[in-house]
Amino acid sequence: MTEVALQAVELVRRIEGVVSHTLVNGIDLAVNRGEFVAITGPSGSGKSSLLYLLGLLDAPSEGEIMICGQPTSKLSETERADVRLTKCGFVFQFHFLLPEFTSLDNVLLPMRAAGRMTEGEMRERGLALLGSLGLGEHANKRPNQLSGGQRQRVAIARALANRPEIIVADEPTGALDTASTEQVFSILRDIADQGQTVIVVTHDPALAARADRRIHIVDGKIAEIIGRGEGGRVCEMAS
Amino acid sequence: MKLLFNIAWTHVSARVRQTLVGMAGVAMGVGFTIMMAGLMQGSQIDFLRQLVDTMPHITVDDERRSVPTQPAEQEYAAVQMADIANVGKRPGIKYPESVMSSLRSWIPGDVAPSVGTSAIIDHGGARIGITLTGIDPRREVQVSKLGSQMREGKLDDLSRAPNGIIVGEALAEKLGVKTGNTVLLVGGQGTRLNSTVAGLFRSGLKRVDESQIYSLAGTAQLMMGQSGVVNQLRLRLNDPMSAQKVAAQVEAQTGYRSVSWQEANADLLSTFTVRDFIVLTVMGAMLLTSSFATYNIISTITHEKRQDIAIMKSLGMREYAVRRIFIIESIIIGVVGILFGWILGYLLCYGWSKITIFNPLTGTTVPLQIYYSAMHYVVAGGISLLCCAGAAYFPARKATRVHPVDIIRGAS
Ligand SMILES: Nc1ncnc2c1ncn2[C@@H]1O[C@H](COP(=O)(O)OP(=O)(O)OP(=O)(O)O)[C@@H](O)[C@H]1O
Ligand SMILES: [Mg+2]
Repeated sequence: MTEVALQAVELVRRIEGVVSHTLVNGIDLAVNRGEFVAITGPSGSGKSSLLYLLGLLDAPSEGEIMICGQPTSKLSETERADVRLTKCGFVFQFHFLLPEFTSLDNVLLPMRAAGRMTEGEMRERGLALLGSLGLGEHANKRPNQLSGGQRQRVAIARALANRPEIIVADEPTGALDTASTEQVFSILRDIADQGQTVIVVTHDPALAARADRRIHIVDGKIAEIIGRGEGGRVCEMAS
Repeated sequence: MKLLFNIAWTHVSARVRQTLVGMAGVAMGVGFTIMMAGLMQGSQIDFLRQLVDTMPHITVDDERRSVPTQPAEQEYAAVQMADIANVGKRPGIKYPESVMSSLRSWIPGDVAPSVGTSAIIDHGGARIGITLTGIDPRREVQVSKLGSQMREGKLDDLSRAPNGIIVGEALAEKLGVKTGNTVLLVGGQGTRLNSTVAGLFRSGLKRVDESQIYSLAGTAQLMMGQSGVVNQLRLRLNDPMSAQKVAAQVEAQTGYRSVSWQEANADLLSTFTVRDFIVLTVMGAMLLTSSFATYNIISTITHEKRQDIAIMKSLGMREYAVRRIFIIESIIIGVVGILFGWILGYLLCYGWSKITIFNPLTGTTVPLQIYYSAMHYVVAGGISLLCCAGAAYFPARKATRVHPVDIIRGAS
């Protein structure tokens, strides 16, 4: 039985202004628990905007997002923050680690903010996470002592800290070399295989092809949804 | 909270120089404020002490505050009697000894009788209006410090010289008289009395030293033309600050007007109130200004840390928690600054107390009076902390309101 982790209904994000701009224009989407979804599309098509909405970082102008069946459109800013803290993990193209903190402290940050575990438990989990991402000996290094790929893996560990339901990643490998890209992608793949839901925006068709599902966005709308086996065809279409 | 403190600490400890400047700002503000408060209150308390030492704490005289209600007015609402003077009424407090002994039974202090009148002192062509208070030298020591304020002669000398008087030093200088000289006193009824200057005093209050003279009660009664009258009771209290309360009780009990030293000097004390207000305002402004460096630091940090703020918010930290980081930073700066400010303030006060100045009131060179009070430290520290928190709050609020999406879009 598949369980829906995240569901978007008629999602619209508009920027009001002298000239109103629609970033996301009526998206319906259901993502199952443990599913690995890739979002692709041309630059400016609204991929990031959609991802921010799905991760509750931004509020939709219309429509509803349900996380584990819970509607979120009526939540206050503080309640949305609380949901983000425990249910969503973010990874961005830039690592956004706190520069003064060590890798471990950066990973501990969401756990400490949530305050649900003892300091000992948090450290144990933080070290385990870093270890599982191959960063065991870098736990006490600061971001500026790490390579780009290592930083991004620390950022992934941070996103995983509170065991979120959903991991959203916006071009997490956009600034990485091929080897690091490969590493980060297989980590995300593993996370999904272990039952967490992963939604990742990428420009790389080869990577998108490894997702369970690929959602192609054009002009803020879903242009095409392709299952795993049909990846190749879409690549041809896009090129 | 520990997390917020940790983050705050990384921010301030990464900016040692700026942080030190901020702390120095707070320290100077607090230090100077404490110094100013100590100096101002020191001089004020010094002055009040002089006032309280010189004046009776409560003076009861034979007047009533308002004309007594007439029996006819009590009976008939329509009857109103204006301008009823105490015509032909013999002045003086009735049965002064029994009033005094009943007061003595409950007031926390002592009471002595005196005779107050006004006169003109005439010497070598100079005629100066003065207040003449007739006292009993033996009882006077219980209600005033006059005995210790004598510059020449003793209180007891009053009874040795014929119609002896004790004159303020300033008045004697004005008149050009010395101890042993004879001056002419002219009373309200035209009584003329040759009296001998038996001694000089200096209270330190110009007003008193220039216009107050003391004599034996008998001499004053002679000047009034009322033998045996006592028209004043003067009280000295163990706690001068309770004078107002006690005066009201005395007045209620005796029916005679009882004036506390505070009431008698209401004009003076009200200038103190104005002065206090000005001082407080200046000190508040000083503390506010001293937190500007802190404002500057926090503004800079919030600006530099826009990305961190965005990411903390996007990870799910609440806005006010993120804001608190910066308030904690300013409090770290504030608390350390305040501690140094306390030390600085104490040293400044100590330094000032070593400086002697010429005091025109007493005509002597005395050390500056500094009032040390824990209250100064607490208040200066408290206000300073509030200013620092305020200085952080506004930039922090502005910075943490930012929508994380805006920053994250801009950065990637
Ligand atoms: N605050 C804004 N005001 C106006 N237009 C905006 C705003 N934010 C984004 N846009 C526009 O909305 C569109 C969608 O932006 P979005 O970042 O979602 O695209 P994207 O698919 O992630 O692009 P890329 O692949 O380059 O990252 C773009 O055309 C962008 O210029
Ligand atoms: Mg994008």
